[in-house]
Amino acid sequence: MSDFFSAFFDELPQVRSGLWVTLEATVLGSLAALLLSFVLGLMSISRLLVLRGTSRVVVEFFRGTSLYIQLFWLYYAMPTLTGYQLDPLLCGVVAFGLNYGAYGAEVVRGAIGSVPRGQYEAAVALNMSPLHRMRKVVLPQAWVQMIPSFTNLLIQLLKCTPLLWLISAADLMTVVQQLRDRTGETLTAYVTLLAVYFVLAYALTLLMNLLERGAKRRLGLPTGAGSLLRSRSAAEAVAATPGGAR
Amino acid sequence: MNNGFDWNAAGDALPLLLEGFRVTLLATVLGTLVAAVLGLAVAVAGRAPSRLVTVPVRAVTEFVRSTPLLVQLVGAAALFTSVEPLTVGIVVLGIHYAAYTSEVYRAGIDGVPKGQWEACRALSLGPRRTWQAVILPQAVRNVLPALGNYAISMFKETPFLAVITVQEMVFEARKYGADHFAYTEAFTLAGLVFLVASYPTSLLMRKLEKRLGH
Repeated sequence: MSDFFSAFFDELPQVRSGLWVTLEATVLGSLAALLLSFVLGLMSISRLLVLRGTSRVVVEFFRGTSLYIQLFWLYYAMPTLTGYQLDPLLCGVVAFGLNYGAYGAEVVRGAIGSVPRGQYEAAVALNMSPLHRMRKVVLPQAWVQMIPSFTNLLIQLLKCTPLLWLISAADLMTVVQQLRDRTGETLTAYVTLLAVYFVLAYALTLLMNLLERGAKRRLGLPTGAGSLLRSRSAAEAVAATPGGAR
Repeated sequence: MNNGFDWNAAGDALPLLLEGFRVTLLATVLGTLVAAVLGLAVAVAGRAPSRLVTVPVRAVTEFVRSTPLLVQLVGAAALFTSVEPLTVGIVVLGIHYAAYTSEVYRAGIDGVPKGQWEACRALSLGPRRTWQAVILPQAVRNVLPALGNYAISMFKETPFLAVITVQEMVFEARKYGADHFAYTEAFTLAGLVFLVASYPTSLLMRKLEKRLGH
């Protein structure tokens, strides 16, 4: 067995803790992003110009400035400006949440817009309150539309977590880099690292497919045989993101 | 520790950042070219009649698409130490995004009506003429907006190149920030330059999409 793999298995606890940091950043970051997506997305369809405008500005700001810069700004610039230093992992979660929340807001907006007009009208005719209408009629239908795009954003967020290595959070990338430095096996180290990320991405895709099936079943839509193992498609995401400018 | 925003430092940093911005743009343009050409090749290969070709092509694109660009960049730079970092960066960016653009082309090719293929067969055009003269001109027109969006997204990921010591804008920002202890000014300006450059471009893309009827 090569030096790299023996080091990899010798240092398994360390590898596991790196993996844990990566997963933590992915899960917490995407939860923050999900929350922000809904807040900004719902704001953007509000009738009040103030809410709509605020959402537009925030979305364009976080989509327009690079994630990399946002993360570095939080880590390097914010402490000098405010004297308050965030923990690297928290920095990552905040930056991922803000950046992907801005992209997600567009997904939410587009999906709500794609719910047929007649559904709103029917809900109004049934005398449902706006909140009730949103919760019982519009969102369940929009949610099915959102999942494929959210899956893509989730994978992209996972793919950004190695940035944590640059702000010295001990994520998976950091740990594997250390093992590489020790063993000098560059190719094995990076191929292993890529393979781990691939497995993680695939597992997340399967989970999201499961979620999509559940959401479709609740609406009584065909779930599509084999959709569980289907891999995600970039083309689908392009089609599903209206005005898809990223 | 300085508190607040130092306008003098910002004034000093700006020329350096703009110098780095040239490299950022260069990497984006060349990377997009690589992605556009390679993505097309992958999409066409993905339609080969033999599964011996299509299955590996799909597997490789799926792998490239699902793994982090940063790891790909750092790995490639560590393996090809004799190649200039900028070249490594452009090639890796191009390959990474080709995995995405190939899907876009695939959708574009699927969007060409079946009758067009049948007409080519009826006229007994060879595969080469069929692709060149009939299918691709129609497919490429439909995918231009999506390609443009990937170019914008690549533009926002060029800061990753700083990690493999390409001296683009963020590299300069970090250097300036470290030398003068002015991270706030350097990163704020760098972010603003990105915003100023990318927002009009995405507006333009949106207009283009509307005009092409998407």
